[in-house]
Amino acid sequence: MSDRLRALFDRLRANNRAAFITYIAAGDPTPARTADYVRELVAHGADIVELGLAFSDPLADGPVNAAAAERALRAGATLPVVLDLVRSIRRTLDIPIVLYSYLNPLLAPGFGRAMRRISAAGVDGVLILDLPADEAAPYLPDLRRAGVAPIFLVAPTSTDERMRRIARAADGFVYCVSRTGVTGARRTWSADARVVLRRMRRHTALPLALGFGISSPDQATEAARWADAVVVGSALVERLARMERGEEAPGAVWAWVGAMADAIHSARRSSPP
Amino acid sequence: MPRDLTGPDARGWFGPYGGRHVPETLMAPLEELEREFRRAWRDPAFRREFESQLRDYVGRPTPLDFAERFSQRVGARVYLKREDLCHTGAHKINNALGQVLLARRMGKRRVIAETGAGQHGVATATMAARFGLECVVYMGRVDMERQALNVVRMRMLGARVVPVTAGQQTLKEAISEAMRDWVTNVRTTHYVLGTVFGAHPYPMMVREFQSVIGREARRQILAAEKRLPTLLVACVGGGSNAMGLFAPFLRDRGVAMVGVEAGGRGIRPGQHAARFAAGRPGVLQGARTLVLQDRHGQILPTHSVSAGLDYAAVGPEHVLLHELGRARYTWVSDSTAIRGFETLARLEGILPALESAHAIGWLLTRRAKLRRSDVVIVNLSGRGDKDVQQLAERRLSGIAGG
Repeated sequence: MSDRLRALFDRLRANNRAAFITYIAAGDPTPARTADYVRELVAHGADIVELGLAFSDPLADGPVNAAAAERALRAGATLPVVLDLVRSIRRTLDIPIVLYSYLNPLLAPGFGRAMRRISAAGVDGVLILDLPADEAAPYLPDLRRAGVAPIFLVAPTSTDERMRRIARAADGFVYCVSRTGVTGARRTWSADARVVLRRMRRHTALPLALGFGISSPDQATEAARWADAVVVGSALVERLARMERGEEAPGAVWAWVGAMADAIHSARRSSPP
Repeated sequence: MPRDLTGPDARGWFGPYGGRHVPETLMAPLEELEREFRRAWRDPAFRREFESQLRDYVGRPTPLDFAERFSQRVGARVYLKREDLCHTGAHKINNALGQVLLARRMGKRRVIAETGAGQHGVATATMAARFGLECVVYMGRVDMERQALNVVRMRMLGARVVPVTAGQQTLKEAISEAMRDWVTNVRTTHYVLGTVFGAHPYPMMVREFQSVIGREARRQILAAEKRLPTLLVACVGGGSNAMGLFAPFLRDRGVAMVGVEAGGRGIRPGQHAARFAAGRPGVLQGARTLVLQDRHGQILPTHSVSAGLDYAAVGPEHVLLHELGRARYTWVSDSTAIRGFETLARLEGILPALESAHAIGWLLTRRAKLRRSDVVIVNLSGRGDKDVQQLAERRLSGIAGG
């Protein structure tokens, strides 16, 4: 596992705290703005930054993230540009960075070369939405050699046999999907979420992150009681887009990020399980 | 396993192509679908139901029609496999029937589909109506405009047609949108994918449902000519009509096979859909295959006069057949396809779909290379009624060559 990810989860575990993972699309609306966002997110409590490397056909993403990817592509957010962005973030920040993408943009330069370059730029882990554990075997040696943690999804539809397979291939943490469906904020909370965490816990000692659809501090609190990390993506992407359009004040957006961070960090103290 | 299942391997790979490149949520459902398909395909009751519906409802076997005047024009004996005479007007119904029967067997009450030219959408809406299932069809907004007639047909059949406005608003975006629906509603819904594409088991399953085309054609040509054909020709978008014709002839070494892709306005980025001419290996929408992409791995826009061929990737089994040298893939331009359309109309009284017109147009360009003794089967995969309005408008605006 990457040293940064391991150190973070060890420290949080010692403090009985869950990690706050924030997702944004790299280059939306511009690479320079993304760097600003990351600094603000970390200042407001983010523990891990997930950066989306945009793909033209993001079939696992809902409309909010798909639109963000389109904006990022228009801004020229190719792999080399995103790696420059990561390097610029790394100059001042030492938090774990995870790249979130699809297989094709990582195959284009050659997968092994892509992994060496993202590792050298300072990326700690990679989540490839259309690479399930079954198809990962040819790619795992490159990931291991580069020291990049392969992060996999687990879904409510995953069978126990599939969970075992994922546990064998995974490193860093495991990303549990709270419900069937694409990325995107949801008002209702799925009972699937807790079940998938409990089932996956039997198969791995790796930290379990919970994501897909978490948009309010109340949801975040609940998620942080069960999971080792909580991912907030589409809800954040949507608010940042509104902020860029002048529909929401920056102060309000960052205050909301701070509230989400507080909800996640204090969940286990405010009410014991 | 039935004898006619020639591939893929147990994990869904045709050599280095295919596989299952989808989000984890869909993996268990795909495993279940594969199990159910294999079980159904071995079940004589399922096969009987499939065959009796093909006969009585779809209207099979379709004729293998000797095209005398067209044969004179190209200098070889040319037979047309008349899939245009299937109920709903294209080969797509063979697969839609198979998958809807399977969906019913799996207890799914809702089916979804993507469509490009609209023929697969119409076929799925038709079978859903016949078996009382809810049906939603995703279609790019651009395709909805150029195939407006099929949109009306789907709605009349009780399907909901959802316009897709992302990206270039054609088939690729419609597939992504259908996959998003499926990933969300996977417990109640079966995704009726229309071609030999996507994640395993779709390329295998769709080939099996479409292989009825080649099995009939093989029997029919042996009856008519007392020998096997020298050449099979089919257009290739995703590649289901070609795979359906080719598959039962794969072991017949003397039978050459040609797949004809959409050359659009010429082989320049964004102007065509000729994956074998300009694609590189990549992963799109579930399969590792040849993909039209830029150097950063972003999918390139495509163009074809025919919505059904207007797609950036191709069925993985075709790529393997190409690498093995078992089939050859080439392309013709929009204007050659339109020449094929007009030639077949005047010489044989048949308006072919613009997709199938690519296969016809390619034969017209081969006149010098064909011999009188050649026996050619062209898959006339669909009828051209859906394209009449688009061609009429083109003619009015003076774009059409012929």
